[in-house]
Amino acid sequence: MVTASGTAPPVYGTLTVSGRHQVVAFAIMVVLLVAAPFVIYPLFLMKALCFALFACAFNLLIGYVGLLSFGHAVFLGSAGYTSAHAAKAWGWPPELAILGGTVTAGVLGIVIGALAIRSKGIYFANITLALAQMMYFFFLQAKFTGGEDGIQAVPRGVFLGLFDLRGVMTMYFVVLAIFLGGFLLLYRTIHSPFGQVLKAIREHEPRAVSLGYSAERYKLVAFVLSATLSGLAGGTKAIVFQLASLTDVHWTMSGEVVLMTLLGGLGTVFGPVVGAFIVISLENYLAQLGAWVTVVQGVIFVVCVLTFRRGVVGEVARLIRKPL
Amino acid sequence: MTTVFGIPTQALFGQLLIGLINGSFYAMLSLGLSVIFGLLNIINFAHGAQYMMGAFAAYFLLQWAGLGYWWALVIAPIVVGLIGIVIERTMLKRLYALDHLYGLLLTFGLALVIQGLFRNQFGSSGLPFQIPPELTGGRNLGFMILPNYRAWVVVFSLVTCLATWYVIERTKLGAYLRAATENPSLVQAFGVNVPRMITLTYGFGVALAALAGVLAAPIYQVNPLMGADLIIVVFAVVVIGGMGSIAGSIITGFALGIVEGLTKVFYPEASNTVIFVIMALVLLVRPTGLFGRDR
Repeated sequence: MVTASGTAPPVYGTLTVSGRHQVVAFAIMVVLLVAAPFVIYPLFLMKALCFALFACAFNLLIGYVGLLSFGHAVFLGSAGYTSAHAAKAWGWPPELAILGGTVTAGVLGIVIGALAIRSKGIYFANITLALAQMMYFFFLQAKFTGGEDGIQAVPRGVFLGLFDLRGVMTMYFVVLAIFLGGFLLLYRTIHSPFGQVLKAIREHEPRAVSLGYSAERYKLVAFVLSATLSGLAGGTKAIVFQLASLTDVHWTMSGEVVLMTLLGGLGTVFGPVVGAFIVISLENYLAQLGAWVTVVQGVIFVVCVLTFRRGVVGEVARLIRKPL
Repeated sequence: MTTVFGIPTQALFGQLLIGLINGSFYAMLSLGLSVIFGLLNIINFAHGAQYMMGAFAAYFLLQWAGLGYWWALVIAPIVVGLIGIVIERTMLKRLYALDHLYGLLLTFGLALVIQGLFRNQFGSSGLPFQIPPELTGGRNLGFMILPNYRAWVVVFSLVTCLATWYVIERTKLGAYLRAATENPSLVQAFGVNVPRMITLTYGFGVALAALAGVLAAPIYQVNPLMGADLIIVVFAVVVIGGMGSIAGSIITGFALGIVEGLTKVFYPEASNTVIFVIMALVLLVRPTGLFGRDR
C-alpha cells in the first residue's frame, strides 16, 4: 500500500502510547509558528500555512484512506472564488466569506466524491482529475470569476468584528488560528474510532466490509471532510492574498499538493506541514528562474518516488522509531 | 446556402472534420495509454509529454538533419520509444512491486521535468511546422473543401489503430500479451520473457504517442505544452472507454472527438467540458466504463 509501515499507532483507550511524542512535536510546531513572523516575512508564512492546511486535508485521503485525489485543487480554488466573491461583491465580513467558501468546497466534495468514490486506485485518481478539469473550464468561462484576471483587490475586512485584518500581524495570527484549528480537527479525526475504520479500509477493504463497515460511506465522509478543509485553506488564502485566480483550480496545483504531501511524508501527521513549507520556500527561492521551478518539482517527484518514499517526516519518525 | 438545423452545412462539416481530427489524436493517445495500462498497470502521465517530444523530434530532424516529414514519421517514434524504454528500464521497473499509484506519481514528475526543460529552451509560443508538399492543398467534395493533410491524418491514425488492435487481439504475439495482462507469473512460467515484453510494450505505447505528435506537428504548432492539457482529456476518454480496453479506447476516441466537434457547432460554451460531462454520466451508469471489465 501507499503508506509506510508504522503510521498507525496502537490505540489503548483514548490516549495513545505514542501520543506524547506527537504532543511534544505539536508544541514545538506551535512555538515555532508563533515566533516565526518576528523573524520571517509574514506573507510568506501565511502562504505556507494555507498550503500546509491544504496538504494536511489532502493527506487525510491519501495517507489514511489510501485514495489519491488528483483534483484537489478544485476545492482550494472554488472556495477561493466563493470567498473572494462574497467579500468583494456582497461585502461579507471575512469570517463569513471564508465560511461560505468552506461550505462551497464541502458541497462540491459531496458531488465529486459521490461520483469518484465508487472507483479505486488509479481510476479514482483519473476521475477526480477529469472532474476537476471540468470545473476548471467552468471557472474559466463563468462571469463572476473574471476569467484570466481572477477576482482581484478583495477586501480583507474585520474578522469577527474585532480584528482588523489589514494589520499584517493580526492577519497572520488569524491564519495561524485557522490552520491550527484545521490541523487539530484532522488529528482528532485520524485518532478517533472513525479514523481507525478508515485505516482498516485502507489496509484491507473487503475485510472491513465483512466486519459490517460501509466502506463507501466512510470514504465519502472522509472525502467531504478533506474537501471542506481544503476549502477552508482556499478561502483563507483568498482573503490573505486578496486574490482568487485560475492558478488555484488548475491541475498543476493538484500536482503541487501531492508533491508537498509526498515530500513531507504520506500518512504522517506532520509531514504535509513540513512538505508545504519546503515546497513553498523552493518556489519562493526559484521564482525568478521561470520554468525551472517545474523542472525542480518534477525532479523532487521522481527522487521521492524512487528513493525517498517515506518523506522527510517519515524518515525522522523511522529514526526515532516513533510515529509523527 | 444549404443548412442543417439552421446551421450552414459548411460550418457543420468543418467542425465535424475538426472533431474527427481531434478524435484521431484521442484514439491514438488513449490506445497507447490502454496498452501500457493493460500490462504495466500504471497510468502513464508522461504520455502528453511524450506526444510533445514526438512533435519536437520531427522539428529537430528537419532543422538539424534536413530530414523531412516522412522520415520523421518513422524516426521520431523510434527515438522517443527508445527514450521510453530507458525510462522503463531505469525507473518504472523499480516500482512494480509497489502500489500502482507510485507509477502515476513518477510519470507525473517526469512529465513536469520534460515539459519544463522544453519550455526553458523553446519558450511557450509554438514553432511552425510545414505540411509536407505531397499533402498540401485540398479537394472539393461538393459540400465542403477537404484539406488533404487532414484527410491523411484521419486515415493514417485509423489504420494505425486498427493494425494495433489486430496485432493485440488476433496474433500470437498479442495472445502472449493478453495472457501476460491476465497473469504475468504464469506466462513467465511458460518460458515467455515477461519483463522484456513489459519493456517493449511501454516503448510501443510511448512510440504511439510520439507518432501522434508527428502527425499533430503541422496542424497544431510544435509547442512544449501541446500535450499538457490534451492528456487530461485523453484520461477522460480512457475512463469513458473503460481502462485497458483496446477496442474501447479506439471507438470512444473517435466518437468523442466527433461529439466535441458537434458541441462546438450547437453549444460552443460547453465544447471544453462536454467530454468530462459524458464521463460523469458514464460513471453513474457504468463505473468501469463503456467497454471495461471489472478488475
